[in-house]
Amino acid sequence: MAFDSLSAFLDMGGYAKYVWPAWGLTLCALIGFAVWARMERRQLIRQLERRRRREARSA
Amino acid sequence: MWTFIHKLGSPKWCYSLCGRLQPGFWIAALLLIAVGSVWSLAYSPPDYQMGNSYRIIYVHVPSAILAQSVFVSMAIASAVFLIWKIKIADMAATVMAPFGAAMTFLGLFSGSLWGVPTWGTWWTWDARLTAMLIQLFLYIGVIALRGAYGRNDQGAKAVAVLTLVGVVNIPIIKYSVVWWNTLHQPATFTLTSRPAMPESMWMPLLIMVLGFYCFFTALTLYRLRNEIIRRESRTRWVQALAE
Repeated sequence: MAFDSLSAFLDMGGYAKYVWPAWGLTLCALIGFAVWARMERRQLIRQLERRRRREARSA
Repeated sequence: MWTFIHKLGSPKWCYSLCGRLQPGFWIAALLLIAVGSVWSLAYSPPDYQMGNSYRIIYVHVPSAILAQSVFVSMAIASAVFLIWKIKIADMAATVMAPFGAAMTFLGLFSGSLWGVPTWGTWWTWDARLTAMLIQLFLYIGVIALRGAYGRNDQGAKAVAVLTLVGVVNIPIIKYSVVWWNTLHQPATFTLTSRPAMPESMWMPLLIMVLGFYCFFTALTLYRLRNEIIRRESRTRWVQALAE
């Protein structure tokens, strides 16, 4: 362990305002991409279902 | 071998292959990034000059490496598309672009944040930084060009050509730290020599880089399936997915 306490860890030796935004935005971006891809898939499947129902009605 | 390549060009077969491959890559990405994050934030020793500010390296280097690897992957896919007219290759290039652009932006963003305490400035027209900014514009150009054409074959060809032209910038980024001796330090990892830092520092970095590669692979497989659904939505097998 490189830090003695949780507050020392959060303080990052005085560099908290540089380290945490860099880490935060990067990890948020990764999570964001995964969530986005999942929503994209759901939306596409919903569209397929909608078209299917429409075509079933007109047939 | 040829039948394998031939099958890979078939959207239906490719869809199921991506589906079978992706869980492993998601799990690997999650594990590597989780272990790498805890190790690099809490356990790796502070740098003797930069103190704890150097921990930015563990997100900066993976995003910057991916920014380049993603573009090279897009260029390979574009070449395959132009030479053999394989549609899947064009779909792959399409889905990779936004992630590559984000990685380029994140590399610049984390670099800026690191620059303030270490260089005393968040931006300078250093060769590496400038080449990376051009890379971001290339990504935006590729995405915008595709958006402008909508979904037609002429547009796909134009995007592929732009990607192949843009790949010229990759060696410029790579060798910028060697050709121009400005602020940015040389590469951390090379194939020919050991890193100039102790193992307790470079090991978590290597884990993070591998984690980012797995994430990119998983995301690409996942979004390639989405793109196949989108473009092949008129086919019977895709419509059967909604059942």
